[in-house]
Amino acid sequence: MEDFLDSWGLSLAVFLPLVGAAVMMLVPKAMEEVHKQLALLTSLAVAVIGVLLLTNFDFDRSGELQYVVDKEWIPVVSSRYIVGLDGISLPLVLLAMLIIPLCIVYSWNHFPEPHDPKSFLILMLILQTGMIGSFVAQDLVLFFVFFEVVLLPMFFMIAVWGGENRRYASLKFFLYTLFGSALMLVSFLALFFLAETADISAETLARFGIDYDLGAHTFDMRLLPEAAAGIAQSTGLWLFAGMFLGFGIKVPMFPFHTWLPDAHTQAPTVGSVILAAVLLKLGTYGFVRIAIPILPEAAVEWAPWIGLLAVIGIIYGALGCLAQTDMKRLIAFSSVAHMGFVMLGIATLTSFGINAAVFGMVAHGLITGMLFFLAGSVKERYHTLEISRLGGLLVQAPRMGWILGFSVMASLGLPGLAGFWGEFPAILAAYDPANGVPVVVFRTYMVVAALGTVLAAGYLLWLLQRTAFGTPKEEFADDPHIHDATVPEYVAWAPLLVLIVALGIFPNLLFRTTDDAVVASLDACLSVESTSEADELGCDPDIFETADLGEPASAETAEG
Amino acid sequence: MLLEPLEFIRPHIDWHAVAPELTLLAVGAILTLVDVIFLERGRAYVSSLAGLGLLAPMIPIITLAIDGTDRSLFGGAYVVDDFALITKAIFLGSGYLVVLLSINYIADGDYWENEYYGLVASSVLGMVVMASARDLITIFVALELLSIPAYLLATWRKRDLKSNEAGLKYYLMGVFASAVLLYGMSLLFGVTGSTKLVDINAALSAPDSSEAVITLGIVFVVAGFAFKISAFPFHTWAPDTYEGAPTPVTAFLSVASKAAGFVAILLMLFVGFYGRDDVYQPLMWFLAAASMTAGNLMALRQRNIVRMMAYSGIAQAGYMLAPLAIAGDSPEAADAALSAIVTYLAIYAVMNLGAFAVIIAVARKTRSADIEDYRGLFQYAPGLAVAMTVFLMALAGIPPLGGWFAKLDIFLALVQPGSPEGVILAGVLALNSVIALAYYAGIARRIWADPVPDGDMTKVSVPPALLSALAITAVVTLLFGVFPRAVTDVTDVSLLHGDAMDEDADLAQADG
Repeated sequence: MEDFLDSWGLSLAVFLPLVGAAVMMLVPKAMEEVHKQLALLTSLAVAVIGVLLLTNFDFDRSGELQYVVDKEWIPVVSSRYIVGLDGISLPLVLLAMLIIPLCIVYSWNHFPEPHDPKSFLILMLILQTGMIGSFVAQDLVLFFVFFEVVLLPMFFMIAVWGGENRRYASLKFFLYTLFGSALMLVSFLALFFLAETADISAETLARFGIDYDLGAHTFDMRLLPEAAAGIAQSTGLWLFAGMFLGFGIKVPMFPFHTWLPDAHTQAPTVGSVILAAVLLKLGTYGFVRIAIPILPEAAVEWAPWIGLLAVIGIIYGALGCLAQTDMKRLIAFSSVAHMGFVMLGIATLTSFGINAAVFGMVAHGLITGMLFFLAGSVKERYHTLEISRLGGLLVQAPRMGWILGFSVMASLGLPGLAGFWGEFPAILAAYDPANGVPVVVFRTYMVVAALGTVLAAGYLLWLLQRTAFGTPKEEFADDPHIHDATVPEYVAWAPLLVLIVALGIFPNLLFRTTDDAVVASLDACLSVESTSEADELGCDPDIFETADLGEPASAETAEG
Repeated sequence: MLLEPLEFIRPHIDWHAVAPELTLLAVGAILTLVDVIFLERGRAYVSSLAGLGLLAPMIPIITLAIDGTDRSLFGGAYVVDDFALITKAIFLGSGYLVVLLSINYIADGDYWENEYYGLVASSVLGMVVMASARDLITIFVALELLSIPAYLLATWRKRDLKSNEAGLKYYLMGVFASAVLLYGMSLLFGVTGSTKLVDINAALSAPDSSEAVITLGIVFVVAGFAFKISAFPFHTWAPDTYEGAPTPVTAFLSVASKAAGFVAILLMLFVGFYGRDDVYQPLMWFLAAASMTAGNLMALRQRNIVRMMAYSGIAQAGYMLAPLAIAGDSPEAADAALSAIVTYLAIYAVMNLGAFAVIIAVARKTRSADIEDYRGLFQYAPGLAVAMTVFLMALAGIPPLGGWFAKLDIFLALVQPGSPEGVILAGVLALNSVIALAYYAGIARRIWADPVPDGDMTKVSVPPALLSALAITAVVTLLFGVFPRAVTDVTDVSLLHGDAMDEDADLAQADG
């Protein structure tokens, strides 16, 4: 069993949804029940694999890749089929495995117009392949392929099943993301040619069990941090800039965020849920997994700018929320703000900040996914998401109203729920960023970000007040369509709610998993504490300002 | 000088090496004979015969590939190497698919059939010859052999004014391009004193060669072929010709004929002018950047899908030209560029022919090529809708469909030498991919998301030949995307061993 998981587990998890989709293609469109069952069965099978992967995961070695498969794929471009799972990817993979079956259950009885469950479910399964694939790929070309695979299904999901303005929103989403990923690809290729495999030590090769001839260049993400060490600082900045665009648009960071509110508002409920819960994480994951480990020196130079855009995103997203009149659009803008916290955590380049960021990704996925589910259910009952027309949800559908209240509390970062552990440590990490990153600047960011949490509480509570409290508006007062949550809704929501509480109370469930992997992914020079240690590691004194290490500021930080 | 009587020595002919051409020639002859002997009774069989006939030369190509030795005939004017074999296979494969696309179109339209297939076969013969030509005269003969039937084919809908316009425009532009090309060739011959590409390269690379004439000669030769591949600014014939010509012929022009132009350019550059990268590199940089940008921008504005495909084809030609802008940097760069272009040609042929197969199938119902008539295709023809999406997204380069790898290979070739020109062009290409997506996705969106015009839900009848063309192209497009090895294993070729192809090697091979 374990041997089977080691060699086939991840590949099965990635490609099983495709197999399910292929089978569904052969079944006639009219057999809707069969399609639903097939899709659910497939996604449950993937989830079972996920559980097996989780239970067999060696948490003592979560800093290392496990279940690694390394096979020849496209030898002419030295690209290989390498997949693996470590502490950073594990929670995200599980999130992708969890969200899809929940979405299938949620849409069971109400597929958005124009109905057609067959195509809708097939697209969902293809999305799952792309998402899981991106999180396990350890080869840049393979990662790029999976990163792009999610585009098409999401484009069609918005374009076909979306709201009134779907044509515009779908194309905007597609073009924005492709623009970023095209430049990202150029960066990847330049990186490929500039990084020399000759710089990789024999120990590293032995550690990853590489017994084949690498050639002069490699796309292997495990080896690139070492291979790219020789790249000139100025070139590294450009390479990082290309990846920054690709991942930053996906996150989305201010000022590349404009596709997100449109896409979210127009997408069908399930589309929004998947988009918020998993797709946005592909961007932040790219920073954590690829950009920062491979180009740490460029990351140090870029960090203040990433941090700046992150805090602008926090404030801008919050102000945007306050101005929204549409519930779904408001949640979309709150995504911009929350992803700002994640990016701030990443920009500190400390293991503390990045751990917080990974936690933030998972928490945002659970909470915002939940909020989009609720928005969809509200839309289904009231046929509008205009906040001014809503009200009194607690009167008409009390259980749903309470769940909305709970999710809102989680989203604003109430301690004891998952949202808190994403935001608070990220803010805290900004107090003491990594070596070479300007401390004063980040402490300013910290203050601004902290103000952002107040704004977040403001807009979220205001949302709750306007939609859930009070009495229903006259037009909906006697509407018989407005009923409380149904069984499929409970089934779809319960796991999310449970996880929000569980992670809120035991954040260590996640931190324990991610910590080793985060530490392993960061360049040691970013966290050295003494000049002698820095010299030993051969850190670049210009970048890592080892001379400053003895100053009181750092000493104070260590105590604080 | 002429005192001694010129003794004619029959050149040694390696029959195995020319077997594909001879087979194809026989097929063309049989097609004509069937027409002459059986008249109308032969009509029913001639298309199947043409299809099989275009596949038949694959057999000697495969045996030659298995044999693996490079063969050189006629004093080095005709060479059979890996490059020639793979490009021949691309031509024959595209020709076969075009026959599949044509069968019902030509039969239903009540057009002449026997002549049609005969002309397709002779045009493909010209292309197959082009792949092996290593000499100015052979190249020119091949070019005319492939072009003249194509002029005729473009006017095949002879009762339609647009088709006549298409053919005439194509003919006039083509002849003009040939004249420019010939002038360039004559200049090169004048400077170098040889028609063999290898000798031309040696003479051009000599330090005392006269700059102005050489530059002019190279520019004219490249311009002549740029017409064939419809690169900007020599593209003006393409949209009108594509729109007016019968759609299967358009498919043929946009794939096979374009590929033949590329093969000619590759031969000229890698064998003929390789030493003069100072001349051709800036030229190619401009042609590539201008073609992709202009093609994509103009495609955005099109309302007719065939015209859109014409402009998208101009842009795709730009992508394929791009690696030539850095090919002279080093032999490694040259090999990477060549392999990338041949890979692109193979993948492009499949996905573009697939897109035209859908266009032909849809036009069977709508009788139009208006982009708006694709609205709601998914509702009444889901299979065609999925297929069209696959082809359009493959053309846009979205993984995991074939086109992504073709583009990746081009990117790799561009970035590899590390020169600013290459990296900037890669950036231009990246931006162009985004522009291109706008119109490809625009059609996909009409197909999937828009309501059917007039609520007309009648199905599209797809005859078996068209269906098999669709199936082949769709499966191969996916296969190339998921396992690019299927194509890279055969497109990893080099043309830079030209020096080994001199007389001595030739004679040695002839003796052995």
